[in-house]
Amino acid sequence: MLSIKNLHASIEGTPILRGINLEVKAGEIHAIMGPNGSGKSTLASVLAGREEYEVTEGEVIFKGKDLLELAPEDRAREGVFLAFQYPVEIPGVSSTNFLRTAVNQVREYRGLEALDAVKFLTMMKEKMKLVEIDQKLLSRSLNEGFSGGEKKRNEIFQMAMLDPTLSILDETDSGLDIDALRIVSNGVNQLKSKDNATIVVTHYQRLLDYIVPDFVHVLYKGRIVKSGTKDLALELEEKGYDWIKEAIDSEATV
Amino acid sequence: MSKDNQILEEFTSKEYEHGWSVNYEADEAPLGLNEDIIKWISTKKEEPLWLLEWRLKAFKAWKTMAEPSWANVTYPKIDLQSLRYYSAPKQSNKPKSLDEVDPELLQIYERLGINLNEQKKLQGIAVDAVLDSVSVGTTFKATLSKLGIIFCSFSEAVKEHPALVKKYLGSVVPMTDNYYAALNSAVFSDGSFCYIPKGVRCPMELSTYFRINAANTGQFERTLIVAEDEAYVSYLEGCTAPQRDENQLHAAVVEIYAAKNAEVKYSTVQNWFPGDKNGKGGIYNFVTKRGICAGDYSKISWTQVETGSAVTWKYPSCILKGDHSIGEFYSVAVTNNFQQADTGTKMIHIGKNTKSRIVSKGISAGKSQNSYRGQVQVMKRADNARNFSQCDSLLMGDKCGAHTFPYIDINNSSAKVEHEATTSKIGEDQLFYCNQRGISTEDAVALIVNGYAKEVLNQLPMEFAVEAQKLLALTLEGSVG
Repeated sequence: MLSIKNLHASIEGTPILRGINLEVKAGEIHAIMGPNGSGKSTLASVLAGREEYEVTEGEVIFKGKDLLELAPEDRAREGVFLAFQYPVEIPGVSSTNFLRTAVNQVREYRGLEALDAVKFLTMMKEKMKLVEIDQKLLSRSLNEGFSGGEKKRNEIFQMAMLDPTLSILDETDSGLDIDALRIVSNGVNQLKSKDNATIVVTHYQRLLDYIVPDFVHVLYKGRIVKSGTKDLALELEEKGYDWIKEAIDSEATV
Repeated sequence: MSKDNQILEEFTSKEYEHGWSVNYEADEAPLGLNEDIIKWISTKKEEPLWLLEWRLKAFKAWKTMAEPSWANVTYPKIDLQSLRYYSAPKQSNKPKSLDEVDPELLQIYERLGINLNEQKKLQGIAVDAVLDSVSVGTTFKATLSKLGIIFCSFSEAVKEHPALVKKYLGSVVPMTDNYYAALNSAVFSDGSFCYIPKGVRCPMELSTYFRINAANTGQFERTLIVAEDEAYVSYLEGCTAPQRDENQLHAAVVEIYAAKNAEVKYSTVQNWFPGDKNGKGGIYNFVTKRGICAGDYSKISWTQVETGSAVTWKYPSCILKGDHSIGEFYSVAVTNNFQQADTGTKMIHIGKNTKSRIVSKGISAGKSQNSYRGQVQVMKRADNARNFSQCDSLLMGDKCGAHTFPYIDINNSSAKVEHEATTSKIGEDQLFYCNQRGISTEDAVALIVNGYAKEVLNQLPMEFAVEAQKLLALTLEGSVG
């Protein structure tokens, strides 16, 4: 579904990603871990099409299309979803209104007819259960005055509404207490199917107790330096990142 | 140039939709401004002598006045002698009803989406259509007159209801109030008149649609709204003009009188030609609008959506004379390209327990300048006066300007006055967030801007609110790229 080859990206001339290779197939969950500043969030942003990042080398093929050629909105319409680490506030625009615009633009792109108010609300009611989100929250201005947990829940709710093929969760666990973490993870797990895939970007193993990955990759200095299964995450939890850093850094100096 | 600035730039370079004009045979005054022209206009309109004298008095006063220069706008000096002060479509016989109005004139309005045919018209809105210097027709007159409501062109009111006109004309905006009001008093040609008798709640929205068509012609209309005790009316005003290379002057006066317990709601969607992308042409919109809450417990509410005009100079105000009276001002002013707007309000608290509320939302894009100028004045005997002002500015791009000039003048220690102001920018983050959910950039800007202006748009009557939302998006289209 997603094939990243030798991806290099920089911001304001500073290289951040230095040759990422990653294959993600339908039905899989991949976790990207790594110390601060290793390029995890950059990878998520580059995949979603954030303009400040300049791709200097490499390619990304998503469902047979050159993802890097597509505008951010078209990537979204093709089925790429990014759950933001810091969801943005839009005053005066209710979550409901925002999502209805989004859902209908995505539907239009896919050649489906727009949902009328009734159908949209029915769909909303159904998806709201997934993340135990309150209707009142959705009639408020998007993310304005939401708590950290409410923002993240709203992200997963939007994910449920937009039904993406590839979901990228960028540190969705940050700022969540244990209950919110459980709710958000439950939502993600229920949305999982054999036809979609998820990339989970996280610092901590904790989230992976709830969202169990098929593969774990360690990102360091803009490269994937180690890949493994869930066990790798546990090992990292126990030993920290230093042993990997040392191994890589000593290799580099040789 | 950063991404969001590029986006904003493209988004704001959209063409004006109502830029067309029509050639019709016109009955015009000669160019220039002098006593003879004023007499010519007055004769043309078959006015009574008192009105001619009133005009001449205003003209005399105007000659001693200087053009105001305190507003935060710049434009070349207007040569008032090169303008035409009267231009009307030639109609062989004065139409007695809408059926007799020249279909070509009705078509002008149809093209603007305003159908003057009552059967086809939206139920619930009566329209007075003013083309250049004259009213071409008013709908639903008969229906309204059954309730004692008078809704007609100003010229007709002078003929049919001279006592009312004489009583209220200039009572809220004195002829010597300011340079443009004095000019208007001298040369005004038409406008709307509306009278709601005691205890009557006007069952439909009344509206005037102003259209400038002729070149080199100034439009000087006058609107007078009188609501007697316990009366209620909601009034709408819309305006467009053709796209022309030269600037055109529009200097209107609106007066509102609200008696005891009366309520008047006045909404404007101003979409005069704003000039082209390079700042060429456009309307100079120098307007005086003021209402007086003369009676106790009366209320006047102004709502304006200002998207057009090259230069705007406009401060719809309320004189809160009656005890417990309420004044409100809700405004969204959008400027793009080279537009300049200096707009706001004055709330003058005279009576006891008077309340005012100001919500102003400025949106600047392109190379435009957008200023809020507001005055809250609490007089000595205005015990327990309350004011709340909120002035927000939204910037799109980095070449435009937003300014706020609040003046507060309190002469009574029991007054409570609050002022809040914010300035924000449409951020790259907000646009990217919308894009990431599949929303195109143009729709994202429309969504964000409408969200920002929501509090004001909510004040508009339903049909108008939808129009205004579209207009906001259109005005800013191309400003993001």
